[in-house]
Amino acid sequence: MTSTLVPETDSEGKADPLERTWSSPGGFLGWFTHVNHKSIGRRFIITSFIFLLLGGVEALLMRSQLAVPGAGILDQEAYRQFFTMHGITMMFFFAVPIMEGIGIYFIPLMIGTRDMAFPRLNAFGYYVYLIAGVVLYASFFLGLAPHGGWFNYPPLANREFSPGINIDIYATMITFIEISALVAAVELIVTIFKLRAPGMSLHRMPVFVWSILVMSFMIVFAMPPLMVSSVMMAVDRTVGGHFFNPDMMGDVVLWQHIFWFFGHPEVYIIFVPALGFVSMIVATFCRRPLFGQTAVIVALVATGFISFGLWVHHMFATGLPRLGLSFFTAASMLIAIPTGVQFFCWIATFWGSRPVFRTPFLFILGFFFVFLIGGITGVQLGSVPFNTQVHDTFFVVAHMHYVLIGGALFPLFGAFYYWFPKIGGRMLSERLGRWNVGLMFVGMNVTFWPQHHLGLMGMPRRIWTYGEGMGWAGLNLLSTIGAFILAAGVMVFIVNVFWSLRNGAPAGANPWGADTLEWATDSPPPAYNFQHLPTVSGPHPLWEDGWADRPKVVGLRPTHREVLVTDLMDAEPQSRMILPGPTYIPFLAAAAVATGFIGVMFVKLIFVFALLLTYLALVAWNWPRMAHQLESEDGREHRLARGQGDGGMNRELEGEGQPGSGDRPWPTQGPGGGA
Amino acid sequence: MKRPIFRPARLLLPLLCLTTGCSGQSNVMNPQGPDAALIANLSRILFISGAVVFVAVMGIALFALWRAHGRGNDNELDPVVGRRLVVWGGIGLPILVLLGFLVISVDTDRRSLASQFADSEDVLTIEITGRQFWWDVRYRADSPHLEFRTANEIHVPVGEPVRLELRSADVIHSFWVPNLQGKMDLIPGRVNTLFIQADEPGVMLGYCAEFCGDAHAHMQMIVVAQSPAEFEEWRGSQLRRRERPTDPALAEGFDVFMAKSCAFCHAIRGTLAGGRVGPDLTHFGGRRTIASAILPNTRGHLMGWLADPQPIKPGNHMPAVPLEGQDLQLLADYLLSLH
Repeated sequence: MTSTLVPETDSEGKADPLERTWSSPGGFLGWFTHVNHKSIGRRFIITSFIFLLLGGVEALLMRSQLAVPGAGILDQEAYRQFFTMHGITMMFFFAVPIMEGIGIYFIPLMIGTRDMAFPRLNAFGYYVYLIAGVVLYASFFLGLAPHGGWFNYPPLANREFSPGINIDIYATMITFIEISALVAAVELIVTIFKLRAPGMSLHRMPVFVWSILVMSFMIVFAMPPLMVSSVMMAVDRTVGGHFFNPDMMGDVVLWQHIFWFFGHPEVYIIFVPALGFVSMIVATFCRRPLFGQTAVIVALVATGFISFGLWVHHMFATGLPRLGLSFFTAASMLIAIPTGVQFFCWIATFWGSRPVFRTPFLFILGFFFVFLIGGITGVQLGSVPFNTQVHDTFFVVAHMHYVLIGGALFPLFGAFYYWFPKIGGRMLSERLGRWNVGLMFVGMNVTFWPQHHLGLMGMPRRIWTYGEGMGWAGLNLLSTIGAFILAAGVMVFIVNVFWSLRNGAPAGANPWGADTLEWATDSPPPAYNFQHLPTVSGPHPLWEDGWADRPKVVGLRPTHREVLVTDLMDAEPQSRMILPGPTYIPFLAAAAVATGFIGVMFVKLIFVFALLLTYLALVAWNWPRMAHQLESEDGREHRLARGQGDGGMNRELEGEGQPGSGDRPWPTQGPGGGA
Repeated sequence: MKRPIFRPARLLLPLLCLTTGCSGQSNVMNPQGPDAALIANLSRILFISGAVVFVAVMGIALFALWRAHGRGNDNELDPVVGRRLVVWGGIGLPILVLLGFLVISVDTDRRSLASQFADSEDVLTIEITGRQFWWDVRYRADSPHLEFRTANEIHVPVGEPVRLELRSADVIHSFWVPNLQGKMDLIPGRVNTLFIQADEPGVMLGYCAEFCGDAHAHMQMIVVAQSPAEFEEWRGSQLRRRERPTDPALAEGFDVFMAKSCAFCHAIRGTLAGGRVGPDLTHFGGRRTIASAILPNTRGHLMGWLADPQPIKPGNHMPAVPLEGQDLQLLADYLLSLH
């Protein structure tokens, strides 16, 4: 009986029942049943990377069109669709999902558990995302993509001025994909709060976990306003509402307020996890704990809060009252302080360390340079008079790309190099990595630095062509050349991934000598993540003396997808939870919801039909689990957390005769004392 | 609307500006009015202090790394040093810089034309209505018979503040003349106010800065700054009304204008042509540009435009009216005669 409670560990350290319990079915049909967080996380990462490439190709075509005055690559309608799709793709289909994907893949590993709290919801979120992306790009290839900009301002986006289906696709698909973002956020929050390894109290959580937590809360507060406004837009367009119709006392500025109330935090939703990457990589490659970890965490949380008070700086030219504007000037500038604190915590970490200049760290240095420029121009843009001159010009295009490429893409590529060994089991080539950093860094600056000047020279945004006499030709050509250099850098990365998957040096569990729990397991991690869940007694578990001798969690049955639920503050064990296994239900539910969202663009009644389908899917989703699934081998029932206090479980574990488990706050097993 | 995505552009586009007598190209840093000068000054301060902050922070970061590299295996950080770095660099420096920025930008605002003249009654007021994809310009006056409309060309007297009342008839546009003033949106259902003032006589190019649809890239305007005397003369001339010309050739052109669909959309004051959909053409011949300041107003460009406006400014709302060669020439001659 005991043998079923303690995972069987044979001499090779292989755990057969665990493997069997946690494995995902193979095959084409099996693909639709996966719920494991690594499987879903990997899908998010790969899918969003493909969207990055699509968005990048759009950017290259736009840059080619602008390379010389009067070029003939894209016409005005195509250019509209291209800049709209570039924005939507990069913001909604690349940046947010890839941050969530990395969170979904690494959070359970980093907090020492076996899966996310709601694996089926996880899978549901992915299918929603995938379907939204496929529909959006299908419309693009039919020439019917949204063409009102990613900001989609009415009244241009109203039916009167955009009669086609293009904007309907925007309104419905944006609402739809936000479902995906929201479920992922909710799930990341619950996972971080309730499934941490015993002993990982909040202040011992790695900075990256904090950053994902902050990001998730920001999503929870920022996305619903966007969904509300895009639904209002859909109501205006499909059934003749007047929210944004100025002829009927509607207010077009209302849309801008709601959109930017979402849109500004959105930038930080992308930026905050990237700050998490930076902190992780800086600490690992300087080979010392991050200086002022608490300050960094407080700064992350502060960034999250302040980012909700800045939206009006996107609207300085709309003629709002001046006094109100100065409040937003102050707030826009205020956000520089938490970022400044983090910058100097990293610098203090550099101070006197012996950094290892490998590719991930080089990307972080690139981040320092590029993001600093973007941050400084950002503070300048907070000044109302200056803003009115450069707003909606290429100066802002330059600023925004310095912030997003410098602040998010560089740390992200650093994170790719940092964590690829964990996912792929092999190291990425260092030589190609250096080319990758170099090309991206040079390309980025050559592309976007000239755009500051173009903006000051009067070049407005979103123009598909310009005349010879404007004097913009030379800098635009330079910018286009830079864009291709940047793209070459991304190509080097792709080559590197494919080359290294075959030829890279095997990574081993902890190739960088890092401190967090994801490095405590194999690369790539087994389906169940950890043979025994770890316990934690400090913020840098793998760097602590006696890590190898730390007690491990035992008592989770290998025959069930069981995880340990711990309490929110101190991660004291509370109960065991059985997670659902592979199932088609998330896919079917996503398909049902998608039917409604896509159908309503064509036939309104489909919405009702889809509601019924969704209802059925939810019934299946919530169907009570079979008794035999919940019963343990010895016939006792383990309900989800409900009705079982710590005491009950501890008693039960004591009953299993674990030596020493009675006097520890959690069920543990000494390293030598395997079953 | 359902054109294929990749389509070779039908035309290589405009030349502009130099031929229309713009006094230099537009540039935020080359101000030709007091507000633009204030902002250019502010920008210079922002850029220089930004550069200083960049050099300082990167310098400290590189110094930390360089120091790190040079020193044997010393792997300890004195927490006092670290705390000083974070407090002075991470909190002190930004607060100092931000306060400075805040003060000078509020001060710039305080010295702007808007702060001085917002309540002033006797300021020349011009009503500008944004339309897809041109600017309807109406000069306000105390008495209706002194009011008139023009399009895409805004004349202002040098050295006097001018109040612009910005409205929109369709979607959101944004009025921007980089050498004169920051931009302000034209929003349907609202009236925004913007003050401009030109220091020297000259012609400045302006743009629509808010994406407003297909022909957004070609929605420009010019501001013509004139000495007050010249301005008054121009203003007086704009009040002149038209009737059927006495010259027989021009009269034929006028008949073409009235017979083809031109008069449905365009107005020529004094005649039966009273359309408000397109620009007022009463003094078209005196304007420096056509097609909202994307081409100089020459006979050749005008005939090309009348023959088919779409290749020149794709997506604009002016239909190609079928005109035979003879009619086209007569019409162009007539329009150019409207000085």
